[in-house]
Amino acid sequence: MPTVAPLDLDSQCIAAAWLNNIPHFALADGVVHRLDNGHKWTELHDGLLAACIGQDSACLITGGEDGRVARLSSDGAMETLAEIGRKWVTSVAAGPQGAVGFAVGRSAHVRFADGKQREFQHPRSVEGIAFAPKGMRLAIARYNGATLHFPATEGKPTELEWAGPHTGITFSPDGKFLVTTMQENALHGWKLADGKHMRMAGYPAKVKSFSWSAKGKWLATSGAPAAIIWPFQAKDGPMGKAPLELGTRGDTMVTQVCCHPTEEIVAIGYTDGMILAGRFADQKEVLLRRQGKGAITAMAWDDEGRRLAFGTESGESGVIDIAG
Amino acid sequence: MSDVQTETPGEAEAKQIPVTVLTGYLGSGKTTLLNRILTEDHGKRYAVIVNEFGEIGIDNDLIVESDEEIYEMNNGCVCCTVRGDLVRVVEGLTRRAGRFDAIVVETTGLADPAPVAQTFFMDDDVRAKTRLDAVVALVDAKHLPLRLKDSNEAEDQIAFADVVIVNKTDLVTPEELAALEATIRAINPMARIHRSERASVSLSEVLDRGAFDLKRVLDNDPHFLDQDHPDHVCGPDCDHDHHHHDHDHGHHHHHGEASPIHDAGVKSLSLRAGEMDPKKFLPWLEKTTQIDGPNILRLKGIIAFADDPDRFVVQGVHMIVEGDHQRPWRDDEKRETRLVFIGRDLDTERLQRTFEACQA
Repeated sequence: MPTVAPLDLDSQCIAAAWLNNIPHFALADGVVHRLDNGHKWTELHDGLLAACIGQDSACLITGGEDGRVARLSSDGAMETLAEIGRKWVTSVAAGPQGAVGFAVGRSAHVRFADGKQREFQHPRSVEGIAFAPKGMRLAIARYNGATLHFPATEGKPTELEWAGPHTGITFSPDGKFLVTTMQENALHGWKLADGKHMRMAGYPAKVKSFSWSAKGKWLATSGAPAAIIWPFQAKDGPMGKAPLELGTRGDTMVTQVCCHPTEEIVAIGYTDGMILAGRFADQKEVLLRRQGKGAITAMAWDDEGRRLAFGTESGESGVIDIAG
Repeated sequence: MSDVQTETPGEAEAKQIPVTVLTGYLGSGKTTLLNRILTEDHGKRYAVIVNEFGEIGIDNDLIVESDEEIYEMNNGCVCCTVRGDLVRVVEGLTRRAGRFDAIVVETTGLADPAPVAQTFFMDDDVRAKTRLDAVVALVDAKHLPLRLKDSNEAEDQIAFADVVIVNKTDLVTPEELAALEATIRAINPMARIHRSERASVSLSEVLDRGAFDLKRVLDNDPHFLDQDHPDHVCGPDCDHDHHHHDHDHGHHHHHGEASPIHDAGVKSLSLRAGEMDPKKFLPWLEKTTQIDGPNILRLKGIIAFADDPDRFVVQGVHMIVEGDHQRPWRDDEKRETRLVFIGRDLDTERLQRTFEACQA
């Protein structure tokens, strides 16, 4: 039986992450909590807007209302990486070789490990930001499409067009596909080799959470009463194929999804605070957490895939041990 | 059952943070009014969203600058636009509950008010957390005539407003002021108009108006759809207990011929009829807003449905229309249907004819 070790915090959880196998909870009030032989915390911002784990899995990159980008190590040490002024840092991404990308208004910035910084200005807001899995390549989601930058070179950016506002962005782990979430209830994707479009629509709500399965064979998404899981094994991705639907519930919506690091299993978090685990192969479901006070807003598996850290809109957080 | 599910709708509404949209050109007195909202002793804390930090300071802890970002939705409707920056900022602000009680969105005189208003209806996440309270337009008595001549924006702002504050009245003659107010009334017969010098209007006339709240809209506002005295303007001493001019103007009015300083790009059409057949009226309203949506800036109405003891109220912005039963008709109320459209290039003859065909 899965067991839940609760950690009741008092602000919305923006991101959960395991740094050096220590669970961290980044909250909207700017404090990052961790369970490292007891409950400890570090205040990073006056208002935290975005957070992601570093590619080394040893640090957390955060962006705040205070116009700062910060890096937190698992020992609680904090470093300010960039200061932009009074504007919000609304999106952050961790790149290769310690590079960090972040979005501020209509600019995307890349800060390299040596402290050098580059700014990429756009005519419209930079909504989402992501690094490619290989090479120094940055993708940004924007109005009417996505743009690929090559921050280490002076090369021209690649523009990928699709009408409508694109908000979030992610590369498939093999780097072959780029997928965006949209302001409308849909995903859009491009096969990067030939620019072929993929429309993934039909959601009843905005897609705000997505997660690639082990080896990138599937893309799990929120935005429906079930986790919607698109197959990406074929060379054209999910085109012409129906997605899997896991953990369907009639009375609530999926708000977060988080794929297991090794198995084809996804943790599914709902508006009412419930968490289920669903297995792709036989669509079996296991209850990991009962309903709580608020929607699930963050989840992260540890490296082994035995423990799941989660956080909610109301601040209720915790760690679920699936082996009990 | 969880807390969320057992919540009554009333509780959920109470948690929605009210949003006041404050529009006006530079120099209209917007910053003065904003600072009064922020500093007066009302016990409320505000978050302010501004297009850009002005040179004049705004006295508040929580100010967010955002780039006006108009996003056209991909549904084939040109008027279905939202402000992407507001979606993002409101989402960010509301994640930290308890920091503030209300939001003021300040927009420049050049901003289109429609996407601002529509954001609060079209985006489900924004809508779950906030509710649009009112659009308040500040206009400069001296410079408005010129603005109306040289741009559509000034007209749009007045057309969209629930409250129009004519500021700097000390800089114009009483005749100029009267002409100006007639012009404003011609563009927007639904708005409350207040006169002020140095933006000294009572904040109760600006905040917590419930102008988009179907439970409140059209109910507490004696001016709503009140074509019986279209020329009334609230002065500083006006308490709305004044008498009604009781002359009947017939069934409909075109306001828009009122003034030489305004060439009537935006017009209003007030329709009036008896009891309606809901099977005819509701499809008509839906079809009308589908077809004429791009031209309709605002609409509001009270509908008397045949055999229905309750008043039905509607309000809309472009193609977005909301309607609901409001409360029982009172014995002393005349059961009649009143509907006002404010828009550009409205086919008034067709609207009136098709409206009247919906009568029970």
